[in-house]
Amino acid sequence: MTDAAIPTAASLRQTVEARLKKRHAQEMRFRLYGRMAIIVALCFLALLLGRIVTQGYSTFVDYRIAVPVYLDPARIDKADPTGANYDMLVAQSILTKLGEQDDDLGEKSGKVMEIMSNDLGFQLLKMVREDPSLIGKTITVTGPVKSDAALYFKGQIKRSTPQDSRKLDDQQLDWMDKLKASGAVTSGFNVSFLTNSDSTEPEQAGVLGAIVGSAMMLLVTAVLAVPIGVLAATYLEEFAPKNRWTDIIEVNINNLAAVPSIVYGLLGLAVFSNWLAVPRSSPLLGGLVLALMALPTIIIATRSALKAVPPSIREAALGVGASRTQTVFHHVLPLAMPGVMTGAILSLAHALGETAPLLMIGMISFVPGVPEGFTGAATVLPVQVFIWENASERGFHERTAAAIIVLLVFMIIMNLAAILVRRRFERRW
Amino acid sequence: MPSQRDDSIAHDTVAPVHIAVDRAHASQPAGPIKIRARDVNVFYGDKQALFDVSLDVPENSVTALIGPSGCGKSTFLRSINRMNDTIPGCKVTGRIELDGEDVNDRSIDPVVLRARVGMVFQKPNPFPKTIFENVAYGPRIHGIATGKAELEEIVERSLKRAGLWAEVADRLHQPGTGLSGGQQQRLVIARAIAVSPEVILMDEPCSALDPIATARIEELIDELRNQYCIVIVTHSMAQAARVSQKTAFFHLGKLVEAGPTGEIFTNPRDSRTQDYITGRFG
Amino acid sequence: MLIWIALTALLLFSAATYMAARRKAVAATGGKPVLLHSLPGYYGSYAALWVGAPAALLILLFAMFGGRMEEALLRADPPAAVQALTAPQQDVFFDDARAIAHGGQPSETIYEGDLKTALDAKAAKAAHLQNLIQYGSVALGALLALAGIMIAYPRIGPQFRARNKVEGWIAGLFIACSVTAILTTAGIVASLVWESWRFFQAVPIHEFLFGMEWNPQIAMRADQYAGTGAFGAVPLFVGTFLIMMIAMLVAAPIGLYSAIYLSEYASPLTRSVVKPLLEILAGVPTVVYGFFAALTVGPIFRSFFNWIGAQLVGGSFDGLGQYLMQVQNQMALVAGAVMGIMLIPFVSSLSDDIINAVPQSLRDGSLAMGATRSETVKKVVLPAALPGIMAALLLAVSRAVGETMIVTMAAGLQAKTTLNPLDTVTTVTVQIVTLLTGDQEFDSPKTLSAFGLGLTLFVVTLMLNIIALRIVQKYREQYD
Ligand SMILES: Nc1ncnc2c1ncn2[C@@H]1O[C@H](COP(=O)(O)OP(=O)(O)OP(=O)(O)O)[C@@H](O)[C@H]1O
Ligand SMILES: [Mg+2]
Repeated sequence: MTDAAIPTAASLRQTVEARLKKRHAQEMRFRLYGRMAIIVALCFLALLLGRIVTQGYSTFVDYRIAVPVYLDPARIDKADPTGANYDMLVAQSILTKLGEQDDDLGEKSGKVMEIMSNDLGFQLLKMVREDPSLIGKTITVTGPVKSDAALYFKGQIKRSTPQDSRKLDDQQLDWMDKLKASGAVTSGFNVSFLTNSDSTEPEQAGVLGAIVGSAMMLLVTAVLAVPIGVLAATYLEEFAPKNRWTDIIEVNINNLAAVPSIVYGLLGLAVFSNWLAVPRSSPLLGGLVLALMALPTIIIATRSALKAVPPSIREAALGVGASRTQTVFHHVLPLAMPGVMTGAILSLAHALGETAPLLMIGMISFVPGVPEGFTGAATVLPVQVFIWENASERGFHERTAAAIIVLLVFMIIMNLAAILVRRRFERRW
Repeated sequence: MPSQRDDSIAHDTVAPVHIAVDRAHASQPAGPIKIRARDVNVFYGDKQALFDVSLDVPENSVTALIGPSGCGKSTFLRSINRMNDTIPGCKVTGRIELDGEDVNDRSIDPVVLRARVGMVFQKPNPFPKTIFENVAYGPRIHGIATGKAELEEIVERSLKRAGLWAEVADRLHQPGTGLSGGQQQRLVIARAIAVSPEVILMDEPCSALDPIATARIEELIDELRNQYCIVIVTHSMAQAARVSQKTAFFHLGKLVEAGPTGEIFTNPRDSRTQDYITGRFG
Repeated sequence: MLIWIALTALLLFSAATYMAARRKAVAATGGKPVLLHSLPGYYGSYAALWVGAPAALLILLFAMFGGRMEEALLRADPPAAVQALTAPQQDVFFDDARAIAHGGQPSETIYEGDLKTALDAKAAKAAHLQNLIQYGSVALGALLALAGIMIAYPRIGPQFRARNKVEGWIAGLFIACSVTAILTTAGIVASLVWESWRFFQAVPIHEFLFGMEWNPQIAMRADQYAGTGAFGAVPLFVGTFLIMMIAMLVAAPIGLYSAIYLSEYASPLTRSVVKPLLEILAGVPTVVYGFFAALTVGPIFRSFFNWIGAQLVGGSFDGLGQYLMQVQNQMALVAGAVMGIMLIPFVSSLSDDIINAVPQSLRDGSLAMGATRSETVKKVVLPAALPGIMAALLLAVSRAVGETMIVTMAAGLQAKTTLNPLDTVTTVTVQIVTLLTGDQEFDSPKTLSAFGLGLTLFVVTLMLNIIALRIVQKYREQYD
């Protein structure tokens, strides 16, 4: 035998122990890498969310100015009240409040117009148009300050910055301090961000139009994708014979789930928009495209929910004489429903955040208002984020982050709903 | 197998199932104690799987652990080489000594312990590597071989030991998973002995094998006994009787009875042991 | 409007049929429904389906395709004055005619003389055609509904196997739904191939695939298709590749290591906290990542490199310093890194599944040999999981290649063939977005090239997915 070559137990132990330190060090290092990877990933998450919150929360505070304006009959034509320059009226009223006189060139009132929103002027115009008898009276209008002015109040434009590298000059800053001190400017929760739609003026822009647009689009998606997806999955899982055709469908669905979303955008553009003439930028078109996109994931989720229903239930139902269709509709589907709903909600949440395919179908246009219908032009939350991110005014940056916060809140709500459904109806066999 | 039947005890009257106890093995004087377990309790979370087990395992012999399913044989086996450490929530109390050292002592490194105490599992589990790499795995990680030549020598020796060399010599570099079940189990044994362990634990090594493969493994165990201390879990009375010198019977987490195999099978002291080996429950 | 009225009427009519058929079935047995072959409701449903389904389908089809029929009919016999116009002008002319007819917003083109009369005539005709098609479809629908009742109602009797028939209808619906998946694929392939084919007629395919210059902004006259060769997509492929590589360099190690840690080391508690957090990272919409890249990571990276540059300027690396000082926000590194962050949870959760599929017995085998955990992972688990992990990485690559918003917001528009991560590059998806947003006429090679790019993207990602899914399937079978 080769026994002579076999090392003794003691010498073996020595060999093993000699390397132990190195091996344990390696082990520690490996474990450390793993920990670090997770910590890094979680740091990214914290950084991402933290940045968005710090950039966006200030949007939810706004600064509003209240000024009494004398609707001078000399300057408003009773016959045609729309012709008057209401912005100027407001600006001059503010100047009076500040105890200043406008110069001949209107330079000062021009500077005031840079700190107050033209929303004030619009409000006056609207009031006068509705009720011309107001002309000659003094009424108080309240509206937002311009976004640059709000940024100053929020401390994002600082007096310490040299005058020519900031938007507002020292005089304007002085005025604003004075207005604030006098109580003409007050701060509060920014309701208008949630009740206004898109606007070219940052201080008047809000997300209502986008929220409604998103809701309408998701409705279309849900109405199309959920029933079709559930039925298709049920067919494939419960009825379909296992043959080449169903294999092809199966492979097809798995691959569709991984097709880049932008390709669905191209499909929507070529088929729905150009060929079927579905109106561009409409919730209907967007919903159609997203429905096709959500379909594979809904099918996959439904199939796994159906798979989780134990065969004994089917056998029991078939055993008492129910047909296959009855078995599926009366017993299997209801049992699989929580899983199906969870899957459907999650893929709708995903659709809610989708942007790229919508850009393809023209959703990028400026839509100042709530969409008029399923075929009218609309914008949706993620696209609104994209549009505002591209805008150059600084005031839009914080609004972009705030729109993201709103978007994330909706996504969190949907995900929580999914979790609740799962918890509430979870069944163990 | 040598077969000298000089039994005078009418074991047939005791055991209605015909179990041929190999007297030559069973009566061999047991070597010094290699593993000494005292009051071992094992808990999986709140559930206690072993209760105050005390057992001596002699050197250079085969000790069989028998008992109905779920009685804690594997649990006991796994606490010898501290494989239970890998199960979250598993707690072991009591003393298990290997050559007088408590294996659960803080100074004992499980890596070294497991190099000294090899283990073979119920289902053959060759790594998805070549046959050569499977056997070379232990020597490599422990740095036992100093060069390629030595590694090859160790592999060859271990495969010969495990009685597999003749069958695989020409396909050392093909995947180990391509072997038959019996060959895989011998490969795994070769893998375990490649690091020259002092103890080999075997958890139902033949339960996935056919009778012929089982016979080969049993022969192998019998040969290995000369150099190693072997503890084997088995569900087959016949196997325990054939290969072991000492037998321990477990029931519901307790060690009911342990003693020379011949005695356990011919003259059990506890009625539960008798019931079990005569097939009345289990 | 008319459609909705028609559909509502149809619904009511079907409901009435349901009641009638049900009553007839029950009456036929003399009020003993037990004698029926199926439950009475099935008889009602059977008749209602025959009445409602075909007619509704017809009306919906007309609603979908009516516009196109109208347009085709309108264009059938163009007057001479219109025939004299160029093809794009004709398109505008007919669009305007329809816009006038339907109260829409016509273009600002001014029509005079013959054209004006032709326009008015066509507008009148368009209005007429629209009415014809709408009322026609409703009338046809009504006929179908009546035909349905004629077919279904007489059949109802105690022996009639209504349930089986209704289940036949349901099976048809099932199959139709399943086929949507196929139709979607067919639609994708058909639209991409068709539009790309038109594009490749203008720009030869080899020029597109191997050309080194991408500049679709150059205006092309109608008679000068493909003159300049500005549709060479190589710079886009290189840019896409560069950003994908950077993303994978971030995502692969971090994702893999976290998967390993989560599946091999982490306590159940850690797992239950970390996994949902990673899922949040996975659920964040890509437009948010784009915003993060453009407004946070970009500026940080730029000032970092500018600062390094400032340190180097004047030293022995002066040239490098000068270069670093000029680095812009929009560099490949920013888009790639942020995309990498986005892919971390994707890689991690896929690899986690794969690693968990490696049987515990292999780990036990290795640990029982005295291997440490990390040795077990590195020498046994990972080699065993390798095919699956490769597949997971391939799927991540496919994601990276098809990702749009991050690159649109954080990478640039300049098509450069470079592998320098600090440079501005553009990608296939960015170009598709830029080519197709904003106003464009649909026939220029410029817009059609987006479909060429889309086809390339689709083919590449499809291949990656097919290969990856194959590998994963094989892998799972191995350990099942
Ligand atoms: N990982 C574990 N977690 C919780 N309980 C366990 C675990 N492993 C074993 N047990 C329990 O401990 C008891 C003993 O199990 P063990 O595997 O030791 O039995 P056994 O005697 O080897 O049985 P068998 O002959 O079937 O292999 C059983 O009741 C079992 O349910
Ligand atoms: Mg066991």
